[in-house]
Amino acid sequence: MCLAVPMEVKSINTELNVADVEISGVKRQVRLDIIDYPASVGDYVIVHAGFALRRLDREDALETLKLFQEGLNLQVL
Amino acid sequence: MAPNTASDMLAKFKDPALCRNLLDRIRAELPGPLAFMEVCGTHTVAIFQSGLRSLLPDEIRHLSGPGCPVCVTHEGEVAAFLELARKDGVIIATFGDLMRVPGPKGTSLKQAQAEGCRIEIVYSAFDALALARKHPESRIVFLGVGFETTAPTVAATIKVAKEQGLDNFLVFAMHKLVPPALAALLQDPEVNLDALILPGHVSTIIGVEPYRFLAEQHGVPSIVTGFEPLDILQALLLIIDQRKTGRPQVVNQYSRAVADDGNPKAREVMFEVFKVSDALWRGLGRIPNSGLALAGEYQRFDALTALDVQVHDLPPLPGCRCGDVLKGKMQPNHCPLFNKSCTPATPVGPCMVSTEGSCAAYYKYAL
Repeated sequence: MCLAVPMEVKSINTELNVADVEISGVKRQVRLDIIDYPASVGDYVIVHAGFALRRLDREDALETLKLFQEGLNLQVL
Repeated sequence: MAPNTASDMLAKFKDPALCRNLLDRIRAELPGPLAFMEVCGTHTVAIFQSGLRSLLPDEIRHLSGPGCPVCVTHEGEVAAFLELARKDGVIIATFGDLMRVPGPKGTSLKQAQAEGCRIEIVYSAFDALALARKHPESRIVFLGVGFETTAPTVAATIKVAKEQGLDNFLVFAMHKLVPPALAALLQDPEVNLDALILPGHVSTIIGVEPYRFLAEQHGVPSIVTGFEPLDILQALLLIIDQRKTGRPQVVNQYSRAVADDGNPKAREVMFEVFKVSDALWRGLGRIPNSGLALAGEYQRFDALTALDVQVHDLPPLPGCRCGDVLKGKMQPNHCPLFNKSCTPATPVGPCMVSTEGSCAAYYKYAL
């Protein structure tokens, strides 16, 4: 039950405070009551038990990957 | 070239060539035997499912701690929700994992359902509100299990129930807090751990600060990490680094999802609806300030008070060693019941019931 997964925001309904999200063809509607930073269509959000918890930081993810690349001297990006 | 989409980007965190290189570095730099524990059901599954566990050097021992919300649900709490299920006019709304957890007399919600109790599986606490709207003549009891990741979702739902006047919606709050459980574990002289992998999504909510004591008071290197193979391997390298330098620290490896101060909005909702209380944990017993109870004006949503049910500190099921497994004192396959009377089809204890339980993961991936 604790599984939280990143899903892509497909549309947002601010009136109902919900977003439609999708990953690998699995679609869900999630509540936006507790997300700390507003997400936009195309963003990835971490979804847990029907709620979006947090927007994934793309810049930070790229920076992490870059560190792997530099640390290992590999072509990643 | 940078990945075009977020999906491409996430795929990079599984890159096999990078994983091999990180594994080589771990092998080359490992200074000696290392026992690390994760305390998150999603990590348990990720470590087994990705095959990482079998790829790690023999000197690295992986333990699964009390991080599966179903597994840490105390025998007394199971008895209490089975009692709630048998009350007239009650519909239980629950996450599916709790259905097969055996109670003190071997019965489960699934059996209670077969005997006529009304039990509905929901995907989210919010779905239980729809049940409350659909059945105004009944009282809907949502079984609130889970850690700091789940508790804010239940708190937000209770707030909506209040706003919409859905007074037939009740919650049995069994939520548990991770840092006090880690403190209790590290104070147990029989628990031997060199390092901790901290739960990524719990940390999404609470941030990094509540874990500082792990390094400062207990000297245990502790890494907040994500769930992809590269995340976990990087966490192990960070641990090895700290062992070599002799400077234990708490590090946030998962900064793409975890801000150092967590999610203040979720915490605000959580502490508006709940207050910190003592809690009973399976295998760990009563831990002070490790649970959440309904607070102030939200106490009227408390299912135990409304339906006059108490939680008793019951003993473990005979023969079941889930408590020792949760403390990392025993590997699942060393339990006398494992793969004998206790299998995923006939679970004796919750570690074999939940898909995130270490016994179930061991049965599925390591047998």
